[in-house]
Amino acid sequence: MHELLQTTVNGLTTGCLYALIALGYSMVYGILKLLNFAHGDLYMVGAYIGYFVIQWFGGPNAVSIPVPLLLAIMVLLAAVGVGVLGMAIERFAYRPLRDAPRIAPLITALGVSFVLENTVLLLFGGFTRSYSTPTFISFNSGITLDGVRIDSVELMIFGLSFAMMYGLHQLVQRTTLGKSMRAVASDREAAEMLGINVDRTIALTFFIGSAMAGVAGVMSGLAFNQISNTIGFLAGLKAFTAAVVGGIGSIAGSMIGGLLIGLCESFSASYVSSEYTDLIVFGILIATMLLRPTGILGQKALQKV
Amino acid sequence: MLLSLEDVTTYYGPMRILEGMSLQVDEGELVCLLGGNASGKSTTLKTILGLVRPRAGRVMLAGEDVTRWPVPRRIAGGLAIVPENRRLFGQMTVRENLELGAVLQDHGHFDEDIARVHSLFPRLQERRDQLAGTLSGGEQQMVAMGRALMARPRLLLMDEPSMGLSPALVQQNFRIIKEVHEAGVAILMVEQNATMALSIADRGYVLSTGEIVLEGPASELLGHDELKRAYLGA
Repeated sequence: MHELLQTTVNGLTTGCLYALIALGYSMVYGILKLLNFAHGDLYMVGAYIGYFVIQWFGGPNAVSIPVPLLLAIMVLLAAVGVGVLGMAIERFAYRPLRDAPRIAPLITALGVSFVLENTVLLLFGGFTRSYSTPTFISFNSGITLDGVRIDSVELMIFGLSFAMMYGLHQLVQRTTLGKSMRAVASDREAAEMLGINVDRTIALTFFIGSAMAGVAGVMSGLAFNQISNTIGFLAGLKAFTAAVVGGIGSIAGSMIGGLLIGLCESFSASYVSSEYTDLIVFGILIATMLLRPTGILGQKALQKV
Repeated sequence: MLLSLEDVTTYYGPMRILEGMSLQVDEGELVCLLGGNASGKSTTLKTILGLVRPRAGRVMLAGEDVTRWPVPRRIAGGLAIVPENRRLFGQMTVRENLELGAVLQDHGHFDEDIARVHSLFPRLQERRDQLAGTLSGGEQQMVAMGRALMARPRLLLMDEPSMGLSPALVQQNFRIIKEVHEAGVAILMVEQNATMALSIADRGYVLSTGEIVLEGPASELLGHDELKRAYLGA
């Protein structure tokens, strides 16, 4: 029973991170019908920004400012930095191809992914860097419920993820920007005919989606310690799986898909073998594609009468 | 003069769609633009709205040269369109569709504007929280019209309002168009159904392969032999 709960907590932690990345994947797909393969690498860039913020403020062993402040700066800088990077990618790599056949931006997205991975390799080297989180956030901080440990990094991941998902949901449902995003996603030309600024709406969608990936990068650095220039690839694929399983284009679907994939991973690691986690996760992707290609919450567009 | 096109020539890539086209709509007028398939009717509306830029000629709106203006600026300047096939956002509610029509408007007069649309189309008030894609064809046409009116247009562009509607709904739709027109909104309507359109219009133009071939008061065009031959098969 205890192991079951602990596995669930661990699964939900990674699941939150996958959900945050999947949301950006899904939003970009929704508005441009583009699978942004560079999205996982944005998460990697976020992890590096967080790492360098720690170094800037004295390194993990001698943090020169209060830890909560440090965490806030890491999250904020990663969100803004990666958000702006995402907007720049859209502006210079995808916008010129907006009316091109869909295969062209898809290949460009793969190219952008290579550029990001190799730029980081060139600038910071190919070795693995460590956040060394335990030296400034004690493992013993956090809470214990019935013998199940939820450490403070996990608490932060839950809190921040749910806050961001709730915020995104409100934004998309209630604000003019959110409604414009849905309008552009559903019929770009019709949106343009109402005077909606389509370029700006798409750019802001990239900003929001990328910022969430950046924050996920920082949080995964804190939770798993190890970062390198290639972590974006696998994380991106898993988030893609989460988005597809939940129903790509659907925001609630990405959240559910992310949590589901996280749980699958931790349960297969605990009860089967950690060597089989990827096999199981991508098996689920294939099964979803075969059995329910629209995902859990995805639906076919309503037919116009 | 509210709108005037002066010698407008528009291309899609290498294809010339409009050739030296001139057209006027006065304040409060209802003008129809007739023509068969591929005569350039929809392109004319897109050129007026700014979705396509003419290669030559000018688009004047209320005395200002708007030829180089982007779409949102033209809409803020008093244009709105009810597009062909309505183009509603089917997965959004009726109210959200109407809100998007007012995306460039001051929030200050939103309630007043939506009340005006609801009084014109009481059905939309009943269905405000329903997804637009689940409405009947006639109701969808009301949403499309209401959405355009939320932009407080001085000139309403209408692209094929009778398309895909049953004859009874076409009747109803034209009654609504007439009502909106009588409220003081100038309308430029593109239509295949010539008799129907001319019966409510003040003036008409006939377009053929990108050129105006006939123009005049609606009553005069209705009796015109050439138009009858081209459209009414008489």
